[in-house]
Amino acid sequence: MIASIDTSLIDWSRAQFALTAMYHWLFVPLTLGLGVIQAIMETIYYKTGNEFWKKTTQFWMKLFGINFAIGVATGLILEFEFGTNWSNYSWFVGDIFGAPLAIEGILAFFMEATFIAVMFFGWDKVSKRFHLASTWLTIIGATLSALWILIANAWMQYPVGMRFNPDTVRNEMFDFWAVALSPVAINKFFHTVLSGWIVGAVFVIGISSWYLLKKRETKFSLESIKVGAVFGLVASILIVWTGDGSAYQVAQKQPMKLAAMEGLYEGGNGTGLVAIGLLNPEKTSYTDNVNPFIFDIKIPKLLSFLAERDVDAYVPGIVNLIEGGYTTNQGTVALSAAEKIEKGQIAIQALADYRKAVEDKDQVAAGQARALLDENFAYFGYGYIKDPADLIPHVGLTFYSFRIMVILGGYFILLFIVALIWSKKNKFADARWLQWASLWTIPLAYIAGQAGWIVAEVGRQPWAIQDILPTGASVSKLATSSVQTTFFLFLLLFTVLLIAEIGIMVKAIKKGPSVN
Amino acid sequence: MDSTYILLQHYWWFLVSLLGALLVFLLFVQGGQSLLFTIGKTELQQKMLLNSTGRKWEFTFTTLVTFGGAFFASFPLFYSTSFGGAYWVWMLILACFVLQAVSYEYQSKKGNLLGKKTYQVFLLLNGILGPILLGTAVGTFFSGAEFVVNKGQLTDVAMPVISTWANPWHGLEAAFVFWNVCLGLAVFFLARIQALLYFINNIDDAEIVKRSRKHLVIETALFLVFFLVFLVHLLLADGFAVDPETKEIYMQPYKYFINLIEMPAVSVVLLVGVAGVLYGIVRTILSGTWKKGIWFCGTGTVLTVLALLLCAGWNNTAYYPSVADLQSSLTIANSCSSPFTLKVMSYVSILVPFVLGYIFYAWRALDLRKISGKEMEEKDTHAY
Repeated sequence: MIASIDTSLIDWSRAQFALTAMYHWLFVPLTLGLGVIQAIMETIYYKTGNEFWKKTTQFWMKLFGINFAIGVATGLILEFEFGTNWSNYSWFVGDIFGAPLAIEGILAFFMEATFIAVMFFGWDKVSKRFHLASTWLTIIGATLSALWILIANAWMQYPVGMRFNPDTVRNEMFDFWAVALSPVAINKFFHTVLSGWIVGAVFVIGISSWYLLKKRETKFSLESIKVGAVFGLVASILIVWTGDGSAYQVAQKQPMKLAAMEGLYEGGNGTGLVAIGLLNPEKTSYTDNVNPFIFDIKIPKLLSFLAERDVDAYVPGIVNLIEGGYTTNQGTVALSAAEKIEKGQIAIQALADYRKAVEDKDQVAAGQARALLDENFAYFGYGYIKDPADLIPHVGLTFYSFRIMVILGGYFILLFIVALIWSKKNKFADARWLQWASLWTIPLAYIAGQAGWIVAEVGRQPWAIQDILPTGASVSKLATSSVQTTFFLFLLLFTVLLIAEIGIMVKAIKKGPSVN
Repeated sequence: MDSTYILLQHYWWFLVSLLGALLVFLLFVQGGQSLLFTIGKTELQQKMLLNSTGRKWEFTFTTLVTFGGAFFASFPLFYSTSFGGAYWVWMLILACFVLQAVSYEYQSKKGNLLGKKTYQVFLLLNGILGPILLGTAVGTFFSGAEFVVNKGQLTDVAMPVISTWANPWHGLEAAFVFWNVCLGLAVFFLARIQALLYFINNIDDAEIVKRSRKHLVIETALFLVFFLVFLVHLLLADGFAVDPETKEIYMQPYKYFINLIEMPAVSVVLLVGVAGVLYGIVRTILSGTWKKGIWFCGTGTVLTVLALLLCAGWNNTAYYPSVADLQSSLTIANSCSSPFTLKVMSYVSILVPFVLGYIFYAWRALDLRKISGKEMEEKDTHAY
């Protein structure tokens, strides 16, 4: 029997989940984006009756199908890994977290699975109207699926609508709408889905540009670019708005994540936003007084404005969050990490005392323990933290990923504007530089999406559920070697399947749509 | 305990059981994969077989995912205990379903890296291992598994995991219990029977239909052997009962037989289900032209599996017994979600008939035209 949880087990369990999630997110964005684009194209076909749009839709649908299957496969693993690798988590918050997953299955997956079959195989078997409805319902199903899983993820970042029940030793939901409509969930849903739309738009423009570079499929490519550019521009402008909303929510609910995103150790009033910066590798501890940056260019006061909507507002840094003592935006004095850990330990001990008192049928002692537990429950997860330094997420990974995402987001807006203007002026077909740029933007769109998830998930560490349960207390009790084995098994499997997917895509693209 | 809460627990066990039953019916897709090289002798025939059951693979997959999601939402302690404990069984099941998800789409595509045959072997593997492993895993609902649940463990900061597995095999030991494997093989042969019936119904090819009818006899014989052995054993075996007053779990002789006696409606469902399965098979074997066997056998399968799963969880029975620590066994009362969550989810479940309705409509629309060699040779259509 293992007497304690090995840290290597936690690390490998995290690695396996991260591996699955990152592979999953290679395929899902294209499903979300290309799904809408092909539905728009089929709508044009339905309205005009022009066979060109039918063939165009069918070509993009073929690529959609190649991508879709592997997204489904990785999604299955992801769902079950909550149980296989995070069993304690599954019980501790399953009462809340399981509901969105079940609703996702009942309402979204079946819609997707039913109508995707009609979409692929029903061209000559059902009416045009039913087929168009099926294409839309497929992407609506996929988007609803994203909604529910993102509600679940958002709840992990900002747990609301639940209370802890010491008798069942778990958190229980009491307000479904607080969970489903939390501001973090709403922002996360729109931000994530829009990022998928951008991937879809970049993909369509990039592949079409490749045809133009090869001087083939010209009409197909130029028409596809028009649809992709408009769609991409709308998505990339909206994502600025949702991105701002997401960052604001992070500032309010996960200040340590914000501090890591900014490499901000010492906070203050009127804090600037690091536009570009190079972190100092010699900074190894939050207490070492080493300058965190080798160089940085800051936009004055912008971080305060984005975080608090006030250019002079106070934004805490990592040191401030660990040491506490500053005045929060609610006007209270922030606790130090040590104080939070102490309160967490009191909460855990109170839970043990409560259970013992109930077992002994000592109602007075049970009542006292319950009161102490309720008073300190907000810091329950801190009781498992051994060292305040463990509360700091990986600064380098979070900081650089955030900048990669934001800089690429700005570049996408520029690309879509240029693509749209060149397309409107009928200059796209001759602009080889733009065609090359569009083609090489495809991998950048994927990188931006991955970077966004790294910010969200690495930045949340050490928490599985913010403040309530750290990853170390969420894990399943397994031999580390078992998780290592499945990690490498999935790594091999996903990599082989990814290579196969790319190979099939490339062949299908080279064959072309044959619509001209 | 509040009577509404008890009702909700039973309602959710019913829904999870229904999803499990639908999943076993939909395993006809896996059955079809396992028969790919047995029934399909030419490349065109294999293509027809793949496109027949293959166009339904997403339903099986989705039902599996929803089964997992519904279990997570309604009985999270099972999700936590079984998935985190019987790690290897679930990982094997997941791995073989991943292979299936991509293989239909990839096998006939150029540039697929591994070649057509490899993906078809993947489908074959999923077709064999999927039903056997799922059946074996469900067998532990009746034979038990080795785990310990201690909720107080959460207060041990060094080792706060509440559900632990009591042996290093992490689920693989289930494959060494004869009755689990027996159920696994019964599910496997049932999946093949349903696939044959579906081929007969869905493919417009005389040779495939003839071969399917011929093959049905041997598959039925094998299914009956394993199913009847399991069923007789189940009815005679000691079961894991729960004292409704003290919540203590104890061994009760003939528990599952008693459950059927004490729940006559479930017995009727079981009998009707078995009769439906047999009617669908026997009439197909006896008649040279009748093609509707899949619907009788399929409905019968859903009813039979539903009745067996209700027998595992209703009437004060521990549906996931622990043979390592009897009192750790999971019941629908000690492993379920809170009344509020079950109630919210129950509102959502009102939409299930609507979901079933559009599935029926879309399925019918696609199956009106049978799979034929002509369709497979058309260049413009999307086909596996």
